[in-house]
Amino acid sequence: MDAVEVDATNLATKELNDRLRELMLSGVEKVVLRNVCGQRYIGTRLYTPEHRKMDIEIYGTPGNDLAAFLFGHNIRVHANAQDGVGNTMDHGEIVVEGRAGDVLGFSMRGGKIFVRDSVGYRTALHMKEYEDKKPVVVIGGTSQDFLGEYMAGGIVILLGLGGKPHKGNFLGTGMHGGVIYLRGTVDKTQVGGQVDISPLNDADKEIVDHYVSEFVQRFPDLGIGKEEILKSDFIRLSAKSKRPYVKLYA
Amino acid sequence: MEFKITMPRKRRELYNKEICACSIFGAMNRDGERFTGAGVMKAIANMHVRGNGLGGGFAAYGIYPEHKDYYAFHLMFTGGSAEARMAAKRDFDPYLYENFDVVFDEEIPHRDESTVSDPPLVWRYFVTPNKKGDDAALPDEDYIVAKIMHVNTQIDNAYVFSSGKNMGCFKGVGYPEEIGEYFMLDRLYQAYTWTVHGRFPTNTQAWWGGAHPFSLLDTTVVHNGEISSYGTNRWYLEMYGYACTLQTDTEVIAYAADLLMRRQRLPIELVAKILAPPIWNSIDRMNEKEKKLLTTLRMVYGPLLMNGPFSIIIGQTGKMIGLTDRIRLRPLTAATRGPMFYLSSEEASIRLISPELDSVWTPNGGEPVIGELNNIA
Repeated sequence: MDAVEVDATNLATKELNDRLRELMLSGVEKVVLRNVCGQRYIGTRLYTPEHRKMDIEIYGTPGNDLAAFLFGHNIRVHANAQDGVGNTMDHGEIVVEGRAGDVLGFSMRGGKIFVRDSVGYRTALHMKEYEDKKPVVVIGGTSQDFLGEYMAGGIVILLGLGGKPHKGNFLGTGMHGGVIYLRGTVDKTQVGGQVDISPLNDADKEIVDHYVSEFVQRFPDLGIGKEEILKSDFIRLSAKSKRPYVKLYA
Repeated sequence: MEFKITMPRKRRELYNKEICACSIFGAMNRDGERFTGAGVMKAIANMHVRGNGLGGGFAAYGIYPEHKDYYAFHLMFTGGSAEARMAAKRDFDPYLYENFDVVFDEEIPHRDESTVSDPPLVWRYFVTPNKKGDDAALPDEDYIVAKIMHVNTQIDNAYVFSSGKNMGCFKGVGYPEEIGEYFMLDRLYQAYTWTVHGRFPTNTQAWWGGAHPFSLLDTTVVHNGEISSYGTNRWYLEMYGYACTLQTDTEVIAYAADLLMRRQRLPIELVAKILAPPIWNSIDRMNEKEKKLLTTLRMVYGPLLMNGPFSIIIGQTGKMIGLTDRIRLRPLTAATRGPMFYLSSEEASIRLISPELDSVWTPNGGEPVIGELNNIA
């Protein structure tokens, strides 16, 4: 089936999301949104009991909380994204061909997000996992402060491509689950007191290998091979304890 | 023993306040070329959902070239009726004419058919100080600040809300795009810098004087967030002769900027470290020299620390500055395109008026981003 095109010019947030929902319910599987400019919650109200799936391509700049509560759809943004991408996302995939703003992956509980460039503050804030649901965020560049704050589960990978040093501070503050893999290095003063910095073991390497392959596949224009990325060293940030505040509040 | 007392049960209204945020936007042509307010009105309207129609305003630099050597006072005369507003003006005028030479004055043009509610009488005067007696020794700007504080505290229903040279603020209750239309900013004015604000009042009632920008002389501030240290800040500023009369927290930032940048001549890089200092943990990690500087600033200027979440755009003659709190609890995106420099709560608003950009970034918390005119005449 051909993709349906929607011109988002002058559409309010609700109108655009109503249109997406109508299209999904009518059986459309691929939508291309043109001239998006700040409309929020794109992809949010698309739950169906029969778990319908759509591919949504976005041209223009989507607004805050893109793909909040996303239920299994695939979204590709041909531009930068704003704040709150994948807020409490359940499953599905978001690809951002650019940078993304603050609180990407906030409370995310499943699915994958790939960002070609860097991200703002508080990425993966309180991301969580449960049994087979394990969210994954892969960032091509680096992150600003408070990456993985209060992180409870899932995987974040920061590739530092283009030689970008990781200058973010307060990484993993309050972290009590999940793991952050970082290509390159950080000083221990940059991470929260609850965080262990360690080298990767074989199981870690397998995970990183897998998601770096996926990242490279999604951004062929970068012209970077998986091997080139993987030949640099990675470090692993993880929680020292599952209950970091046990002594504080007990 | 039987207890017959039951706690009184009070039915509460459901908490249905829509939690939102303010919007801020700024556009500057660093070559000094002037442009109308049409673009920034469009940009701020694109963030309509961030405000709630209870405040909007603009600061515009370079709009009065024909009177550029005179201070442009914008006055707001409030009151329940046209007579009350005229009466406030009649109270104000003798004070103004006694202390200033007025070269030109007029009511600020507006569209009467506009939808804004309860507009005050808004008047502009182009003035030059007429200093007498002890005041003769004062620098012009200190003299003006003292007179403005007098008006705002002593003359009922009269507020000076804009007082710089070759610049002006326009503000009121409404969505910013409505305020822009009310004052016809898309047709009547050309500026090299525009800043604009859409308000979502959180802690105080909406009124025309409480809309952003807040300004003193040529410094203006638009602000998204809240200043929880407002009490401490305003008592400190009062010691330096600043009276907070406009019932909105943002006012303290404008006066702090005036105190630190104009009177004490501190560069913005230091001012940022006073308003949004790094937290002690970060200071501990610095080298001895930096540690000493930051510790000293925190000791000397502790009461000017702006606690709470904020992103602000400060406008000054020839300059536009963006700053967020030290852990960036409110958004700010910066971008450039040729001579244009943009600051915005959201990138989409910048893209709306400039689809192609040379660079886009989100500044680190507490680190100012600064646009300056290339050739300040």
